[in-house]
Amino acid sequence: MTIQDNPARPADIPAPGGSGKAGYPGYTGDRPPRSAFRVALSRWDTKGSPYLFVSPFFLVFAVFGAFPLLYTFWVSLHKWPLLGEHSWVGLENYRKLMGDEQFWNSTVNTFGIFALATIPQFAIALMLATTLSRRMRFQTLFRVGTIIPNVTSVAAVALIFGAIFSQGFGLANWLLSVVNIDPVNWSADRWSSWTAISVMVDWRWTGYNALIFLASMQAIPTDLYEAAAIDGASRSRQFFSITLPLLKPTLIFTSLISIIGGVQLFTEPLLFAPGAGAIQGGTTRQFQTMTMYLIENGFTRFEFGYAGAVAGMIFLIILLVSLLNVLIIRRISSAD
Amino acid sequence: MTTIELATPQSLPDPPPKLSRRLLESNNQLFRASPLNYVVLMISFVLSAFPLYWMVVLASRTNDEIVQLPPPMLPGGHLSGNVEKLFDAPDVLFAKALMNSVIVAGTITVSVVIFSALAGFAFSKLKFRGSNILLGVVILTMMVPIQLGTIPLYMMMNWLGISGTLPTVILPFLVSGFGVFMMRQYASQAVPDELIEAARVDGASTLRIFFSVVLPALRPAAAILGLFTFMQYWNDFLWPYVSLDPEHPTVQVALSRLSSGTAYYQDQALVMAGTLMATLPLIVVVVIFGRQLISGIMDGAVKA
Repeated sequence: MTIQDNPARPADIPAPGGSGKAGYPGYTGDRPPRSAFRVALSRWDTKGSPYLFVSPFFLVFAVFGAFPLLYTFWVSLHKWPLLGEHSWVGLENYRKLMGDEQFWNSTVNTFGIFALATIPQFAIALMLATTLSRRMRFQTLFRVGTIIPNVTSVAAVALIFGAIFSQGFGLANWLLSVVNIDPVNWSADRWSSWTAISVMVDWRWTGYNALIFLASMQAIPTDLYEAAAIDGASRSRQFFSITLPLLKPTLIFTSLISIIGGVQLFTEPLLFAPGAGAIQGGTTRQFQTMTMYLIENGFTRFEFGYAGAVAGMIFLIILLVSLLNVLIIRRISSAD
Repeated sequence: MTTIELATPQSLPDPPPKLSRRLLESNNQLFRASPLNYVVLMISFVLSAFPLYWMVVLASRTNDEIVQLPPPMLPGGHLSGNVEKLFDAPDVLFAKALMNSVIVAGTITVSVVIFSALAGFAFSKLKFRGSNILLGVVILTMMVPIQLGTIPLYMMMNWLGISGTLPTVILPFLVSGFGVFMMRQYASQAVPDELIEAARVDGASTLRIFFSVVLPALRPAAAILGLFTFMQYWNDFLWPYVSLDPEHPTVQVALSRLSSGTAYYQDQALVMAGTLMATLPLIVVVVIFGRQLISGIMDGAVKA
């Protein structure tokens, strides 16, 4: 962009005095002959610099990203309390985890909330994206509007919606009472708490996903739509026969990101009913997610080994679900 | 930066008159927003903005007013009082938390931008063995659920003797795979090879080239990456929540303590005043840089 009009760009400058190289800014005359040392230095510079430049990323990631993940697996093979010695137990933690009702409860909660949140979210985001792709007034205003929720912090979202869904004075219950529906104790049982948490997730992410969808919709050539319109295809027909199939890569990508994010859901349910024991996700653990269970084992019970096993299982589940997701979306769109 | 390239009827060549009118009509029908579209967008705008408006309403009321039915719908006059109470609350350390968040998010942002630009430059403009494989690794790191390493990360901070302090929440995030990838994409189109060659012929070292030629050209992308990074770590919750000592909170951690009532009696108006203070800087950012944020998200989407 700006670089294209950069006056310093060599090709744009007519070379004074005939010699091509004399046109560079800062050129002061013939270069002095290079010493052997300088040549060696320069060779080292061209060969070594690239590695030097990428090394900070790989060093920091290796130490604070890759190592902790691998070490999690090592820790999970031990009984590892906060204080005192750790001892090798092999796969015992995983065996225990298989029969751990609280873990499976958190798995069900996580995927229940994920489904409840993601399905409407994608539908609304697609609709919003098609709407935003039209020519209109106030375009920037509407687009900025869709991104506002996403820059709000998760903690803030959880607290604001916590107030909206509070039992006594919350806005949600007041609206229900206006249409003569009994107030709901939102955090008390499974479905209502899942709904409230899903609303928080969707409020924060629908607009963001809509923008992602919008971006790939704009990459679709417009003459496809023109041709379809001339052939008499309705707008909804156009959407299902042109837009949706061509969005496949984006849909796969976005749903993968949603899965990775959804499985790590933590802050919304934690702050939904704050206070002592918040990490349990309600009195009967009705909205404790997998990540909450991981943190509970690690930082409330301080059983690092067992928490490591929980992390290992979550990793495995993410991998399986991602794979399944890709397969399903491939199947669906190849069926068309 | 605008990415809108809808084919307008004007840009079409002149076809035979009859077809032209048909095309014009179909085009207008196809791409122009209908009244219904505006209604949908208005609703979505209101839904996006309302919770934040509601936050302002609650933050400017007293706790007694909040619990009344029907709930108050307009802001009251107690905002400054609530904010004052918030900063005076002894256990919350809200002022310190704001300061800490600026330090944490600021340090991470500077580091991520510099290191991403360095690596992005190397990946897009310098030839070296293994660069493709290494770039693949960078992309892979974007998919890794980093939260799962929380337990060993906590243990590592103990080994380093810095557990509970601010470096705990800074060190792990000094680099970003997303940042490297974004900078690579941008550098490959924004920095002409001739410019680098020219500087090399003039005897500039690669590092010198980076600082005087490449970095200035990367400024637009660096600004967007910086914005995203700052927002992400201003908002970060889980790791600061489990790792920081009570006397070193970030603003999000302070919010959670404010709301949990362990630090202070539960005062909804106070919680909302805190939420407003924590959100305000970001709202300002969106108002000023909204356009850039949107193009950043949308450009990233097409390339990914």
